[in-house]
Amino acid sequence: MDESVREHELAKSTESASPRDDFAVDGLPLEEQPATVAFANTAAVAAREIPVKRRILANLPRRSPKLIVGLVLTFGIVLFGIIGPFFVQDPKFSGNPSLQPPSPEHLLGTTQLGYDVLAQLAYGARGSLMVGLIAGIIAVVLSLAFGIVAGYFGGWTDEFLSLVTNIMLVIPGLPLIIVIASYVPSRTLLLVALVLGLTGWAGSAVVLRSQAKSLRNRDYVAAARVAGEKPVRIILVEILPNLLPLLAAQFLFAVILGILGEAGLSYLGLGPVGSITWGTMLNEAQLGTALSSGAWWWFIPPGALIALLGCGLSLINFSIDEYINPKLRLAPAAQRSVRTARKAGLEVTSNRNVNDDGVIIDAENENENAKRVGE
Amino acid sequence: MGSLEVRNLTKDFTIRSGLKRSKLRAANDINFVLEPGKTIAIVGESGSGKSTVARMIAKLEQPTSGDILLDGTSSATRGRALVDYRHQVQMVFQDPFASLNPFHTVEHHLERPLKLHGVTRGARETKEQTYELLERVNLTPANVFAAKKPHEMSGGQRQRVAIARALAPGARFLIADEPVSMLDVSIRLSVLNLLARLQREDNLGVLYITHDLATARHFSDEIIVMLRGNIVERGPSDEVILNPRHEYTELLLAAAPNPSNHGKLRSEVRADLASTGRGSQDPLAPSGTSVR
Repeated sequence: MDESVREHELAKSTESASPRDDFAVDGLPLEEQPATVAFANTAAVAAREIPVKRRILANLPRRSPKLIVGLVLTFGIVLFGIIGPFFVQDPKFSGNPSLQPPSPEHLLGTTQLGYDVLAQLAYGARGSLMVGLIAGIIAVVLSLAFGIVAGYFGGWTDEFLSLVTNIMLVIPGLPLIIVIASYVPSRTLLLVALVLGLTGWAGSAVVLRSQAKSLRNRDYVAAARVAGEKPVRIILVEILPNLLPLLAAQFLFAVILGILGEAGLSYLGLGPVGSITWGTMLNEAQLGTALSSGAWWWFIPPGALIALLGCGLSLINFSIDEYINPKLRLAPAAQRSVRTARKAGLEVTSNRNVNDDGVIIDAENENENAKRVGE
Repeated sequence: MGSLEVRNLTKDFTIRSGLKRSKLRAANDINFVLEPGKTIAIVGESGSGKSTVARMIAKLEQPTSGDILLDGTSSATRGRALVDYRHQVQMVFQDPFASLNPFHTVEHHLERPLKLHGVTRGARETKEQTYELLERVNLTPANVFAAKKPHEMSGGQRQRVAIARALAPGARFLIADEPVSMLDVSIRLSVLNLLARLQREDNLGVLYITHDLATARHFSDEIIVMLRGNIVERGPSDEVILNPRHEYTELLLAAAPNPSNHGKLRSEVRADLASTGRGSQDPLAPSGTSVR
């Protein structure tokens, strides 16, 4: 903290009694003032301030098995994509013996053309992740632009932007990509990512629009308007931060969609030309009849990595969901506690008579009642 | 010092149900003048249009017709002039749990209006001013409260922050839309007294919107009673409370729990009212009998 501010603070705290006199004059009960104890003593005040680091940690999602598994999977694969290529041979080197099963020389065997599968896998990780990342960023930026602007401004802006969103939503993505991809002669990695991003934003735009519609009616947005904030700033500073968890989830989802979309395109032979991705590996494996020749080391690794990355990102997504909506996290625990309570209850009541509704019919009282009726 | 004048203010809301459209008049021909240092209370039940009036004056809603005049000149709806208007007229919202952004600290909430309205220059001056504002609303030690987020504070503390935010631009007129209705009963009076003190210090004109006649009398110079968008009664607050002219005002008074009516049935209280010779027509009939 600034030295002058601290001085100012000290000066104020010594005369801190004066504003409260006002209340004494009014003859009022003192209001809840949790800081009154800390009044006299600024050292205690300083100690009460929570360090920034802890503040940030407290705001992060709770560590859960889901989150840890997801992070390990994702970071493992990303790491493999970043540093893996430095440790393998050239993926386009075809001097190796063809269709070798895994061996100490070629840990994941070789392809029909003599490429090292591990090398292709490492370079493919780079390509696939790049496509996913670019497509994800494009999709999130577009869905933000369309969703939040439509939701915040409403009226005709909303009508028009929603129309565009809905059109994009009903156009089946993959066929459109196939049409576009087959039109363009030189399909680079960037172009494929661009096309995937441009076709994959509509779903999250719908979600963001409804969220923004709800947030814009909050009092704090109205308060910001009364304070004189400009719409752009209200969207960026007041609304957007509250959408961050949702945005993070949607970004991860867009990345998964991008990677899967690229794999699908490449498998159909419409993927990026000249680059290696997991999708192009699968395509080559299919063309090289890997399945019928039993070359499992050729198609299982890229397929497994796609599945594992999707799994990892989804698990992170689930834990973000639980962070946004704590009910999701607490629901299984609550159910468990209900089950154990019921079991415990059954044990207690097992030596008594219980009717269908679970009400204890106490045998002794029942007899007394019967006696009374008899009298 | 000029005044804030509301002239023939009317607001229609369009209600769409299927293809049918109908209009709801939320506020009809509202007139009053708010002088600096004075308090006007607008009283009425839910849906009587009192909050709509507040939102129109705060420029959150566009009036269908009518005018809001600040210092005798018609107020702007956009641009630089609107910022100047907001500089003078600020609002405190009803729900302190909703009116502060959960993502931002107290400091952010107070800094923004200070910067926007050019009250302070430079980070240091802004910080000092922020702390001073917090101290004015009795949130001490200010540096602790400045770093807090809304969810770390109680309802009363949040409402104090909201009041500090409204004061930040140096406003001359404050619209308080049921500022204490969401607070614990034990805190209400202290927040109201805080408002009263700030009003004395800054010579603020306060428009106090409430459904609570007791605090309206305690706190304001003039009371305006609204029913279904119309002003049905107005006058100095003691006169309105002690000598209500309109049936609806009596109903509002009777609706407040009164110890002397303890044990009586509602019908008996009504009968008491009737026997004093006041009012025979249906009080909820739209009469539009604005007194004075």
